[in-house]
Amino acid sequence: MAKTELRKNVKTEVEDRSSLKGTLASVFLLGFFLIVSWVGVFFLFLDRF
Amino acid sequence: MHMHKFEKVWLIFGVGTLLVFLTVLGVSAFYLGNQPPSCLATIDPEKVETQAPFNEPGLKKVEGKAWDYELVFVAQAFNYNPGDVEIPFGATVKIIATTKDVIHGFEVAGTNINMMLEPGYISEHITTFDKTGEYLILCNEYCGAGHHLMTSKIEVVES
Amino acid sequence: MINSADKLKVDRRDGKLVMAQIYVAFIALLIGGLAGLLQVLVRSGRFELPAGIGYYQILTVHGVVLGLVLTTFFIMGFMQACVSKTAGTFTTKQRTIAWIGFWLMTIGTVMAAVMILLNEASVLYTFYAPLQAHFLFYLGLTLVVVGSWLGSAAIIMKYAEWRRANPGTPSPLLTFMALVNVLMWIVATLGVAATVLIQLLPWSLGLVETVNVGVSRTLFWYFGHPLVYFWLLPAYMAWYVIIPKIIGGKIFSDSLARMSFILFLLFSIPVGFHHQLLEPGIDAAWKFLQVVLTFLVVIPSLMTAFSLFATFETFGRSKGAKGLFGWFKMLPWGDARFAVPFIGMLSFIPAGAGGLINASNQMNQVVHNTIWVTGHFHLTLATAVVLTFFGITFWLVPHLTGRVLTKAINKLALIQGVLWAIGMTFMSGAMHAAGLLGAPRRSAFSEYGGAPQAAEWIPYQVAQAVGGSILFLAIILMLYIFVNLAFFAPKGEEEFPIGEMSTHAEPAPMVFENWKIWMGITVLLILFAYTIPFIDLIQNAPPGSKGYNNLW
Ligand code: HEM
Ligand SMILES: [Cu+2]
Ligand SMILES: [Cu+2]
Repeated sequence: MAKTELRKNVKTEVEDRSSLKGTLASVFLLGFFLIVSWVGVFFLFLDRF
Repeated sequence: MHMHKFEKVWLIFGVGTLLVFLTVLGVSAFYLGNQPPSCLATIDPEKVETQAPFNEPGLKKVEGKAWDYELVFVAQAFNYNPGDVEIPFGATVKIIATTKDVIHGFEVAGTNINMMLEPGYISEHITTFDKTGEYLILCNEYCGAGHHLMTSKIEVVES
Repeated sequence: MINSADKLKVDRRDGKLVMAQIYVAFIALLIGGLAGLLQVLVRSGRFELPAGIGYYQILTVHGVVLGLVLTTFFIMGFMQACVSKTAGTFTTKQRTIAWIGFWLMTIGTVMAAVMILLNEASVLYTFYAPLQAHFLFYLGLTLVVVGSWLGSAAIIMKYAEWRRANPGTPSPLLTFMALVNVLMWIVATLGVAATVLIQLLPWSLGLVETVNVGVSRTLFWYFGHPLVYFWLLPAYMAWYVIIPKIIGGKIFSDSLARMSFILFLLFSIPVGFHHQLLEPGIDAAWKFLQVVLTFLVVIPSLMTAFSLFATFETFGRSKGAKGLFGWFKMLPWGDARFAVPFIGMLSFIPAGAGGLINASNQMNQVVHNTIWVTGHFHLTLATAVVLTFFGITFWLVPHLTGRVLTKAINKLALIQGVLWAIGMTFMSGAMHAAGLLGAPRRSAFSEYGGAPQAAEWIPYQVAQAVGGSILFLAIILMLYIFVNLAFFAPKGEEEFPIGEMSTHAEPAPMVFENWKIWMGITVLLILFAYTIPFIDLIQNAPPGSKGYNNLW
């Protein structure tokens, strides 16, 4: 019993450290925002003489 | 040095995006000719008015060149010469400009025509006026107390 | 990594030095904020300056006092505090040098300020020749730069001392970062020092007749871009090292933090042409090369974004957060030391997007010298950086004055941050929008001879005035908070928060401290990006320009 609990703790900690799903999602949202803004102004540039 | 897998994914995506941006810009600039104004010609800023083409500011038809007209502007604190111009719709025009005194801007509002005029240098930009309308020219680099009063005008008219 | 100095307070004598610089910074905030308010009011078209005061005189005050004075003083003070705390108290010699630096900077500021007030120097904070200010204005700015070199020297000496005493150990992270920033600063300021000392001073004194405008601008912008990174890196120091401690988490990665700072050192300087994209006299290919280098300096910011999110997520998950974004709710939103800089971080997202657009070679034609640019750097400098500096003030000032940040002041600080966010959304948002329509920056109210295009910009200028007025309220609130923390808050101990590594972290590789390599590459990159176009500017120079000092 005590042994399994210990194992579980270690496992959770490792999972905690490496679970950066939210971070990945956040930076990709940021990345898409950069792309959308850049493309927006690029089209403005193309549209103007 | 350890880097988290997701950080690698992010950096590959980010750097890839930057490369795409740079490629688009590079192709547009070097193959399609959309370079930012970077003319290397110089002039004596004290003698602008006696030297061609600045001795005759305004629009002039030209033959045998890749553009139909040359539009010459002389800037000084706080005005542009000419004060307004009419350009035929669809004309390809080379704008040639310089300043007689301090640095001025040359911006045609709402277009990509935007360049710095610096004493001693000639600034050039080639474009095709493919939309009719009235466009405000203004100085967008601080040049003194009357900086915000420095204007001119381009009217693109159906010929 | 736990340092015995962590438990100690910053030495009182070092504290005085730091506080002296922070006082000047907040006086600058008051004066500059007032000027900012007047600017937006004038530009709305509903208000005129009394007593013949010129718009451009006020704008020169605003730019010099906020862009040059507030930033340089606060940054020197903050970095000295970080070094004193993590590498140990300054020696008497080091502290004396830093004090001399402080006084030189202060005297220089006063000289420049007097000339601006006498209307002898309404040339804006970029002082582009051939507009010619009074020589005392240039001399004053020179003293500010030289003073900052002495302040930097104290930091370098302390680092060298620490390095000798601890061979084979990576230096404390904050000290390392401060060192990178001062090294970059010294290399960068050589450019502005060169144009001021060799060109502008002799010319304004009448010793030489004319000035080479192209060379002067190129030297200025060789300095001008790293200048903005000199503002940003102290904010990154707080984001990487201090914020993790405040929220109760750990530094995500010491090594990656160091690596991103090294990348900033390498790539911040050889990129000045991205401010000169629309200028004659510089070949388009060299411009594009510097555009490529500019994009490289985006990479360390991408790394920073990842590190920050990762710190937040790791902390939130350690508190039991679930789901993709559950960790977000776990952050200490009621703590102004975190929440106010966090608003700054958020603002850096649109700021970064705008920066990429500005730097995109021919796309610069859409935005160059429009009010879009002003909107952009009120997000980078006047929000991301400044709100982080405010967040630092909330603990650093009481730490140094032996007081505490009370609950009530913390609450005011949160209100201050929110007001700033609202005001800036209006002001900067309207600036970005009007800029895309073509509205110029650095311009008093004008109807441009009744042009229909200019009429479209006026509603945006009114929105800027609304936002700017809210911002001014936020500045007043901040000054109240500062005075409270400096003189009136209850006595006590306020923590100097310094983040720790997670226990699993590996020590930083020592190669990061091999300054011969990094400074060597820095110099090589600068020579690569600048040598040929710079020689061109000199060899193919037009006749020089005489000075104009009667245009304002
Ligand atoms: C009450 C808050 C503020 C207001 C209302 C305000 C407003 C403005 C406006 C309207 C301009 C542009 C004027 C023009 O181009 O004609 C401007 C320029 C500028 N602002 Fe602010 N600002 C504020 C705070 C700040 C802060 C906190 C900083 C930096 C720490 C800052 C730094 C600058 C700089 C460097 C310029 C450029 C000056 C120039 O182009 O010569 N501002 N500000
Ligand atoms: Cu002008
Ligand atoms: Cu820059």
